[in-house]
Amino acid sequence: MAKDNQVLEEITSKEYEHGWTVNLEADEAPKGLNEDIVRFISAKKNEPEWLLEWRLKAFRHWQKMEEPKWPNVHYPAINYQDIIYYSAPKKKKELTDLNEVDPELIKTFEKLGISLTEQKRLTGVAVDAVIDSVSVATTFKDKLAELGIVFCSFSEAVKEHPELIKKYLGSVVPMNDNYFAALNSAVFSDGSFCYIPKGVRCPMELSTYFRINAANTGQFERTLIVADEGSYVSYLEGCTAPMRDENQLHAAVVELYAMKDAEIKYSTVQNWYPGDKEGKGGIYNFVTKRGLCFGDHSKISWTQVETGSAITWKYPSCVLKGDYSMGEFYSVAVTNNYQQADTGTKMIHIGKNTKSRIVSKGISAGKSQNSYRGQVHVMKRATNARNFSQCDSLLMGDQCGAHTFPYIDVENQTARIEHEATTSKIGEDQIFYCLQRGIDEEAAVALIVNGYAKEVLNQLPMEFAVEAQKLLALTLEGSVG
Amino acid sequence: MLQIKNLQASIEGKQILNGIDLQVNAGEVHAIMGPNGSGKSTLASVLAGREEYEVTGGEVEFLGKNLLELEPDQRAGEGIFLAFQYPVEIPGVSTVNFMKTAVNKIRAYRGQNALDAVAFLQLMKEKMKLVEIDQALLSRSLNEGFSGGEKKRNEIFQMAMLEPTLSILDETDSGLDIDALRIVANGVNKLRNKNNATIVVTHYQRLLDYIVPDFVHVLYKGRIVKSGGKELAKELEAKGYDWIKSQLADSVIS
Repeated sequence: MAKDNQVLEEITSKEYEHGWTVNLEADEAPKGLNEDIVRFISAKKNEPEWLLEWRLKAFRHWQKMEEPKWPNVHYPAINYQDIIYYSAPKKKKELTDLNEVDPELIKTFEKLGISLTEQKRLTGVAVDAVIDSVSVATTFKDKLAELGIVFCSFSEAVKEHPELIKKYLGSVVPMNDNYFAALNSAVFSDGSFCYIPKGVRCPMELSTYFRINAANTGQFERTLIVADEGSYVSYLEGCTAPMRDENQLHAAVVELYAMKDAEIKYSTVQNWYPGDKEGKGGIYNFVTKRGLCFGDHSKISWTQVETGSAITWKYPSCVLKGDYSMGEFYSVAVTNNYQQADTGTKMIHIGKNTKSRIVSKGISAGKSQNSYRGQVHVMKRATNARNFSQCDSLLMGDQCGAHTFPYIDVENQTARIEHEATTSKIGEDQIFYCLQRGIDEEAAVALIVNGYAKEVLNQLPMEFAVEAQKLLALTLEGSVG
Repeated sequence: MLQIKNLQASIEGKQILNGIDLQVNAGEVHAIMGPNGSGKSTLASVLAGREEYEVTGGEVEFLGKNLLELEPDQRAGEGIFLAFQYPVEIPGVSTVNFMKTAVNKIRAYRGQNALDAVAFLQLMKEKMKLVEIDQALLSRSLNEGFSGGEKKRNEIFQMAMLEPTLSILDETDSGLDIDALRIVANGVNKLRNKNNATIVVTHYQRLLDYIVPDFVHVLYKGRIVKSGGKELAKELEAKGYDWIKSQLADSVIS
């Protein structure tokens, strides 16, 4: 590896030596990553000097780091010099009619119960003026502005609210936190920023649904949510519709910052392209998500439904710094065919009387591998810390795998940690029981799986939960029998 | 309604049913009795279409259709209901939710519209009363943590909800105390009418004091070896299954 790094450094410095520059007019950066590419990205986005410096620092860290080898996932080595790190958001070809869209996709939409308007939006079909989602978005935005809530793309926030970005960027996930976070910090394309002022309860679920312009944020997305004292926000990321992307590598960073008495609820439905039945193609999803309960009595809650991607590597975590702060993690991770997921959470108890709760439900089918990896760390001064963890695995068929890697570090004797784990199989008995009541096999699997995941699905906002239920069923279609 | 001719079936290569003949008409209650391992539960499972059992011969006709060609869920749609000896637990799925899915799937099979929430609740209330079951129980995860009696009562509730043409009760009395037995039997009796039929599979005569059969059949070594009226059950109770075995032995000798 040291040798590889050396080679890498040689190549990058060599290119630099030759005074190789990137054409700023180009819509796309050339393949590969070096300081010039980082400068190019920053220049393309008209960023201030401090942000460029920040990116460059991250890049230099990244160069010295190694890709993590500990996750229980296997994939061919990624050639980081073979990736294009910047391309201008392309306007999707506008279609005039849903008939022009891949009928397979439409079928999936119908099964998920996605409305016609939403179907059109997702596939890039022009939407009629009356129900134009852009105008809906504007209405929402006005309402939010009245309350002093900032909700915009990351690039916009850099321009409009530089003081907030400067203060909080990297405050929860430092640029050198890990290999993929460092990579993201160097080259992030865009993302979302959200600030909820003191005492404001955000009256609606914030989601990228109506932040339509920033929907194409690309492969290195960055989200930052800051909840000021006593505020509340519920944020939704992703959507249940299948997402295809030409970029195979995705490395996002999400930072949540909760001040005194603030609460952030973050829900994700991830349905990236998982590859075909033979395991070809598919997205590598390496995400760093972390929330900081900075103030006393603050609360951060992660809920995730992970059904897509060829490889999922993510551990939405909570750093419980404030006294009486609370972290929650609710997760359903489904893997089918050749998918691999290594996901879980970290709960770091620093403050006194801090509490955390972990509910993880893994579902493995086909030839997939599904791992839960979680850490509960109670630090020295975290008197009376409490944790409850429940990690369940459900297996379908006999060619898949479920693994649990719980790590518990306790440095304070007053801590109380509970860990429960179960592994079960969808039984032929259960299926037959459903069949005998007239419920066909597909519906039976959906029913059983949704029952199993109920505790997590209940955490999702209502309409999202309904779609997520259908999505689970769809992901597992044909996996029994 | 149901016509079984020379039905033979095996599981994992082991022959269990060796030629069953049985005719069930609308309005009738048939009891299938027999010692352990005689094939009673196998018969129930084969009629419901359980995959592990292989039908190796014979015919089964139900309301003019070849039952053996239908999938288990289609059989349910045609009106066959099996009350399980060991009802299965489905965590996180309430009986209410389970029944809503089942009722509407069966309605769809029959080309009927799905019941809306109001109509479904109304139907449920009515049937709950009929089988004396508590709503609290129906809101819990299906059969999870239920007592033996609660599980069986839940089976009868489901039977009431689905209004089957042919109900097969597989050892419904097993694990029931006398009060639970009475409640379950009451439910079954209230659901009886001239258009439906019931097959009661049981080891003991006890249940037949409450669900009075029109016909009693004794199953032994995968064959119906004796049929009669309700008095046959009493006789069996008094003389034990050895009586049947010795009778059979005699007949072989003579």
